[in-house]
Amino acid sequence: MTEAVVEARGVGKVFGSGPDQTEALRGIDLDISSGDFVSLIGPSGCGKSTLLRIIGDLVGPTTGDIAVNGKTPDRARLDRDYGIVFQSATLLDWRTVQKNVELPLEIMDFPADVRPVRAAEMLELVQLGGFAGHFPWQLSGGMQQRVAIARALAFKPSLLLMDEPFGALDEMTRELMQQEVLRIWEETGTSVIFVTHSIPEAVFLSTKVVVMSPRPGRISEEIVIDLPRLRTQDTREDQRYFELITEVREALRREESGVADDRA
Amino acid sequence: MGTAATRRHVRSGLSILALIVVFVLLWEGYKLIWAALGWEWPVRPDDRTMPHTWDIFLTLFQPAQRNGPLFIFVEGKAALLTLREAFVGFVVGGAIGFGLGVLFVRSRTAERAFMPYVVASQTVPILAIAPMVVVWGGRLDVPQWLTVSVIAAYLTFFPVAINTLRGLRSTPTNALELMRSYAGKPRETLWKLQVPTAMPYIFTALKVSAAASVIGAIVGELPAGFRGGLGRDLLQYSQQFTAAPEKLFAAVLIAGLAGMFFVGLVTLVEHRWAGRNGLRSYPREGTAG
Repeated sequence: MTEAVVEARGVGKVFGSGPDQTEALRGIDLDISSGDFVSLIGPSGCGKSTLLRIIGDLVGPTTGDIAVNGKTPDRARLDRDYGIVFQSATLLDWRTVQKNVELPLEIMDFPADVRPVRAAEMLELVQLGGFAGHFPWQLSGGMQQRVAIARALAFKPSLLLMDEPFGALDEMTRELMQQEVLRIWEETGTSVIFVTHSIPEAVFLSTKVVVMSPRPGRISEEIVIDLPRLRTQDTREDQRYFELITEVREALRREESGVADDRA
Repeated sequence: MGTAATRRHVRSGLSILALIVVFVLLWEGYKLIWAALGWEWPVRPDDRTMPHTWDIFLTLFQPAQRNGPLFIFVEGKAALLTLREAFVGFVVGGAIGFGLGVLFVRSRTAERAFMPYVVASQTVPILAIAPMVVVWGGRLDVPQWLTVSVIAAYLTFFPVAINTLRGLRSTPTNALELMRSYAGKPRETLWKLQVPTAMPYIFTALKVSAAASVIGAIVGELPAGFRGGLGRDLLQYSQQFTAAPEKLFAAVLIAGLAGMFFVGLVTLVEHRWAGRNGLRSYPREGTAG
């Protein structure tokens, strides 16, 4: 039996007030179950990052209700249910790779003898075992992002939120990292919410792709990705993979023409 | 690595030496050319207005007063006294400045309420503040040199406060959001994230403040009537300028060296800090951005 990790009902978000206000999200209903890998995809300004940030309690919704692990997002944050990875690795320059991974553990009062052990374990998980003593500037962009992932998972959060984590990486590194994330997801059983604007990335990674449209941001379609859960490089050449990519692309395009109709 | 460091030190030593040589050449060249052409503008090239550089240098090793100890000993001791006042003022002022920076980053209300006064404090001339501090210090039976430190602190706290605030504010939003997601306490966010981020800004301010605190101490010594420091001696030599100009220049040289020594000390601490924290070519762009 799968439990609900995220339940959103009628969530809306308005930024600003008066004539300057913009409606970023309207009427979002979303269910994410434990163990899901859900991608939010859509054009810029569709509110996908805002939705992720509302789930992660970095901003509050203006309207509607949202529950994370059956709690308010605020409670879930205080219970340390979230691991977050941003597009920029956001490592602390003055800390070694190991000390960066230990940062959340320090703040969460993990015993001093547990922290290095856990950090080493996490660095093994992201295949950076030999780099514990390095400083961030000594690592490539892809390696820095691996450290960020290790740090996000160090305290074993039930939900991993990733906001365009591979957006700044080159295509080769990107595909490698996708494979890595899937392996980590498989090994840890963490639920993942993943914001991207790459269609192949969304299809390759996800169990479900949530297609969003802008002005105001809303969910236009949810596409279940029925590829086998275990994905390999061969998956990228699978017939079904291409069909699903087409399906997502058409969903996005429908939205575009829909917007055009609105204007007419 | 040791040889690379040695080479770097040799190189910086040579560049300082080259700078001195250039300065001496410019000074003596000016005297020579202006005297040959009979020019008197902007500064007359005669030995009363512009003593020879070697005369200034030799003054250091002649008695300051007739049959007294050498000039360099007298003024070196004076410089140490002034540096002590400056150092205490620097520490106190730096701590107050840092505290204000932290307060302002935590509370917009506090910033709005106090920042105008902090800025206004620096528009009041130190020459007006100093006598007040001296009188108050006298009433309270505070040692004279400590009164001077208060004046040095007055010049020190401002750059530290402003730069600490700027540095703390330069923390990347994403990093602050990570701390939020860890449910970190504000105190932990401050010490583990914001203060380390602000350190390059704070060190810059400390270097400015180190120089300012020496000036504050020198100026503060005058209304305090503090004897034995550089301030009093500089005043005395400037009154004797027509009779013995090279003494004033020599004293200025020592005051300058005292300031440079202090700034150099702060720079040393800065490099230590950067080295210990793995910040390679410091200061540098952060990855946390």
